[in-house]
Amino acid sequence: MSDYNFAYLDEQTKRMIRRAILKGLAIPGYQVPFASREMPMPYGWGTGGVQVSAAVLTPGDRFKVIDQGADDTTNAVSIRKFFERTTGLETTTSTAQASVIQTRHRIPEAALAEGQVLVYQVPIPEPLRFLEPRESETRKMHELEEYGLMHVKLYEDISRHGHIATSYAYPVKVEARYVMDPSPIPKFDNPKLAECPAIQLFGAGREQRIYALPPYTGVVSLDFEDHPFEASKADHPCGLCGAEDSYLDEVIMDDAGGRMFVCSDTDHCETRQAAGHRGKDAA
Amino acid sequence: MQAEALEGGFSDPARQAAASFRGVMEAMARPGTLHALEGAQPPAPVSPAAGAVILTLCDADTPLHLAGAADCSAMRDWVSFHTGAPLVAAADCAFALGPWEALLPLDRFAHGTSRYPDRSATLIVEHPALAALGARLRGPGIRTEAQLSLPDPDAFRANNALFPRGLDFFFTDGSHVAALPRSTEVC
Repeated sequence: MSDYNFAYLDEQTKRMIRRAILKGLAIPGYQVPFASREMPMPYGWGTGGVQVSAAVLTPGDRFKVIDQGADDTTNAVSIRKFFERTTGLETTTSTAQASVIQTRHRIPEAALAEGQVLVYQVPIPEPLRFLEPRESETRKMHELEEYGLMHVKLYEDISRHGHIATSYAYPVKVEARYVMDPSPIPKFDNPKLAECPAIQLFGAGREQRIYALPPYTGVVSLDFEDHPFEASKADHPCGLCGAEDSYLDEVIMDDAGGRMFVCSDTDHCETRQAAGHRGKDAA
Repeated sequence: MQAEALEGGFSDPARQAAASFRGVMEAMARPGTLHALEGAQPPAPVSPAAGAVILTLCDADTPLHLAGAADCSAMRDWVSFHTGAPLVAAADCAFALGPWEALLPLDRFAHGTSRYPDRSATLIVEHPALAALGARLRGPGIRTEAQLSLPDPDAFRANNALFPRGLDFFFTDGSHVAALPRSTEVC
């Protein structure tokens, strides 16, 4: 342990964040403004997620951090070390053993359970922001449930590409009320947002917004009757563990166009390999 | 101020408030479930759970309204010493504490605006014989159906009808807390 307060933030800041989290849970999908603090890392590195995690972590927790599904990338490693140092908590890479998971841009493949908390790092919380830059207008659109512009955007995708080309940060509607940005997770993960037994919290540090999905909340990806939502992934099995149903990263292997597809969720892939599953590229 | 007002706070504020908040958050996220809150010892007649909710969430930024039996000089001193929350009338509060009858009528409290529905009051209702029995609940946080011994189901139906505006409720009894957010439908 260290000279830091438990979980770095001062208690008044944590209370402010905790109050925002509670209002977020009471109004699923609604973006609650909060007084985001400067954190010892740049914006874009998960300052929102870190503040939410700091407000949520308790002395009994086991903490896991993933970045694009991986436990061993720079962002995940540095955030994990930050909380090891400021909370003294044990960390883990196992999804099943973690009680709080902070994530950048993925939902773990393993099913989450009651008692777990999933904290998302969010760059742009406002799903309408690239369609309407003015906060005063997007507030009004949420107030009036005026989401026609979002459907126009999806329709323009179809008229230009023949299908909905949005492949990540795919907008969802929560409990038939608020349209919400699920953070830049691949749309492959969208179905896992709905009816999830775990609590899902979203923190956007630079944009100063917190929002939440309580467990077992209805979350529907926006679509059209004749162009239904489709959770897509690369049409390959994982090269290392052979999984057919996990989200894959494409890795360039050489200068001659060689490539392999591997699970983006490193814990899922390692767990499967430990159980004896092998893909075609496994050593 | 009596010396007893200085007692009964968290002995290890950072860790106890964190543990207490997890209980509070689970309660709000799963309406109708009961969670134990420990570490606070507010003056009678306020329950330890209500004291823990106040220590966890209230400070100088959150005006607090004390109602009924909770509005006693011992409690006013305790709140002032441990949280610094300004004590205000119902219309101006972010949090309110008291027995159900003393909190009525509910339309005195801020219900949020349709643009900022989060700017609404949270009511901490001292509710003896709190149990996961009685009114049937549905909505976010509930897999199929939950039950909670609500003081007046009709009032919560009316509150739910205002969604996304509305009040959020904690119910406290002894060391236990349960919650009913505005999103919960009372059948």
